[in-house]
Amino acid sequence: MSRDTENDAAFREKLIEEVLSAYPDKFAKRRRKHLAVSKAPEETAAEGESVLSECDVKSNIKSIPGVMTIRGCAYAGSKGVVWGPVKDLVHISHGPVGCGHYSGSQRRNYYNGTTGVDAFVTLHVTSDFQERDIVFGGDKKLEKIIDELEVMFPLSKGITIQSECPVGLIGDDIEAVAKKKNKEINKTIIPVRCEGFRGVSQSLGHHIANDTIRDWVLDKKAIEFETTPYDVNIIGDYNIGGDAWASRRLLEEIGLRVIGMWSGDATLAEMERAPKAKLNLIHCYRSMNYICRHMEEKHGVHWLEYNFFGPSQIAASLRKIAKQFGPEIEANAEKVIAKYQPMVDAVLAKYKPRLEGKSVMLYVGGLRPRHVVDAYTDLGMEIVGTGYEFAHNDDYQRTGHYVNAGTLIYDDVTGYELEKFVEKIRPDLVGSGIKEKYPVQKMGIPFRQMHSWDYSGPYHGYDGFAIFARDMDLAINNPVWGLFDPPWKKADQKFLEAAE
Amino acid sequence: MASLRQIAFYGKGGIGKSTTSQNTLAALVEMGQKILIVGCDPKADSTRLILNTKLQDTVLSLAAEAGSVEDLELEDVLKIGYKGIKCTESGGPEPGVGCAGRGVITAINFLEENGAYDDVDYVSYDVLGDVVCGGFAMPIRENKAQEIYIVMSGEMMALYAANNISKGILKYAHSGGVRLGGLICNERQTDRELDLAEALAKRLNTQMIHFVPRDNIVQHAELRRQTVIQYSPNCQQAKEYRTLAEKIHANCGKGTIPTPVSMDELEQMLLDFGIMKTEEQQLAELAAKEAAKAAAAR
Repeated sequence: MSRDTENDAAFREKLIEEVLSAYPDKFAKRRRKHLAVSKAPEETAAEGESVLSECDVKSNIKSIPGVMTIRGCAYAGSKGVVWGPVKDLVHISHGPVGCGHYSGSQRRNYYNGTTGVDAFVTLHVTSDFQERDIVFGGDKKLEKIIDELEVMFPLSKGITIQSECPVGLIGDDIEAVAKKKNKEINKTIIPVRCEGFRGVSQSLGHHIANDTIRDWVLDKKAIEFETTPYDVNIIGDYNIGGDAWASRRLLEEIGLRVIGMWSGDATLAEMERAPKAKLNLIHCYRSMNYICRHMEEKHGVHWLEYNFFGPSQIAASLRKIAKQFGPEIEANAEKVIAKYQPMVDAVLAKYKPRLEGKSVMLYVGGLRPRHVVDAYTDLGMEIVGTGYEFAHNDDYQRTGHYVNAGTLIYDDVTGYELEKFVEKIRPDLVGSGIKEKYPVQKMGIPFRQMHSWDYSGPYHGYDGFAIFARDMDLAINNPVWGLFDPPWKKADQKFLEAAE
Repeated sequence: MASLRQIAFYGKGGIGKSTTSQNTLAALVEMGQKILIVGCDPKADSTRLILNTKLQDTVLSLAAEAGSVEDLELEDVLKIGYKGIKCTESGGPEPGVGCAGRGVITAINFLEENGAYDDVDYVSYDVLGDVVCGGFAMPIRENKAQEIYIVMSGEMMALYAANNISKGILKYAHSGGVRLGGLICNERQTDRELDLAEALAKRLNTQMIHFVPRDNIVQHAELRRQTVIQYSPNCQQAKEYRTLAEKIHANCGKGTIPTPVSMDELEQMLLDFGIMKTEEQQLAELAAKEAAKAAAAR
């Protein structure tokens, strides 16, 4: 299928107008700024960087009340993303029971350890606020919970307090409780003011969580740790389906030593010693760039973004990383890339013919809408639309490094808009979250969850790419799509009519 | 008596809401009215003069002990005071923690659901300070109090507070039917106090329902945990409270929708009354003082 970029772009521009026409003028005006078709770059990029397009949309703005947004809240950003995967801390969802319960075990952050003994990721602890706690304050209850946790889980390395909305409304002094209990039980206790009503999306929760790492974890105790010149931290990899482990293996193969994984399968000790590393390698830029900038300023640890989705990005990233450590590591990197090439070739030989030319629309969080693009293009697939729930301006700039001109870009897309876009573009695959999965499949379009890898994974690294390719093939070439029309309808009728 | 009348006393902190309301209600009970007092203040001192002791068993303290309000019985929190006045206090957290506003909502809902309002002629709410949040506005929301009486004085901050409370009443006047019953001026012996109170009442589209003169006998009674009505039934001050009670009783259904003024208008009013001085006046006075000082030094 040959690409007709100009016509595609014109069609997509028209599509945006069509979608907006359903809104009242005021909201159409506001939403228009968040939707665009990427344009060919005006200037040639700085050396070493290839810019394919400009993805200029407004982002990180409050969603419009009354529309279905697919965003989360600050609590989701802190408890669900940044802090939740740290395995040897117990995380208290401080407030009424719902937030903790419904956010439980959603992100599939894998970890080693014995749950309930020395690892606590899948454990849900909540202070279960009642009317009495609202009126009289929840501090006393919080103290009691910390005491009980200390008796039940003596091997925990500490506790985080993840604030839900009411804690901020009634002004409980959770910092005072944290300090008091820290003296009593002599463990790290981190109060996080991530009340859900703060900010416009989960993005502020990431920032708040990063700030608490800075304020309550780093430089708090003397760290005895023997360093080597090859120490790195993996930052912003949450080990979903084992992603961080796949990444770690590759980095170790090229001769680096991973001294910390933030925060998939992480321990408190790893976080504390992080400033001793030579380099911070950051995968999810959106959720953890803040702490990397802090470590650069305060401890002089430089940071580097990388991408372990798909063989072309993996190879480019390995070379970029190796370059920081001299010829020996660079040579190792080449060896590793060469070692995995036959495997990559085999994967491509098997799946590329089945996937070539298929079009994909993505709508994910703050990193994957761009990071996974080349994993698809390596398989001969094409991204026709992509967008983020909670990205900022710098994310959209980076997106231009990945997607071609003429790609539909949608920021904080509403349920209605996404559905309309999918319906009109009818890509061969949509990659988004659980809420989007079933409406899309009911339209007769294959779908993969790109937050949780649809209970599969890992997708990072060479091993991950093999799984990724298999999963996409399973979704797209599933025989079920041939059975979409009911037997009493004529076989030659189009899906479109059936969907109506 | 026809139907239940619900009234509430609001006003700046320390203005004498609790004292005024309890004395007035003591006078009302003498008129044969059956009364329930709902104290909406975490300090729980809205019923002290009626019960002749500070009520210990507040709704929320008992609820906290028992687990939740659902575990309480009405008898636990309802005490009988002077001439059969029923008294209850919402109570609330100690200063600086929790949410007292939510406590007021919880307590009032509990009292209503459990029949505390049955078989009384008057329910009187005594609410702390200004209208500080949704919780403390509870008595003026949801068709609770129909008439609000604002206790004030000639002091500037009391006037500000009265104006502010009027804004709160206006907010709910159209949805819930709450009305401003009037201003009660509790004399502080400031300049032109009566004139000012009447002028403000006019501005707010209400009436200055009574001017309660200052009398030290109120202090004497209060030290004995009594209302003046109980402590010295025949003194002049007791008569004042009886007059106020009669006026309030006769004021049924005559409440108005207030017309709060802007901060500038309020300040202009104070300027007009010569209470507040303009900057030029202040500078001129200062200059005169300096000149006098200089003259004396010479």
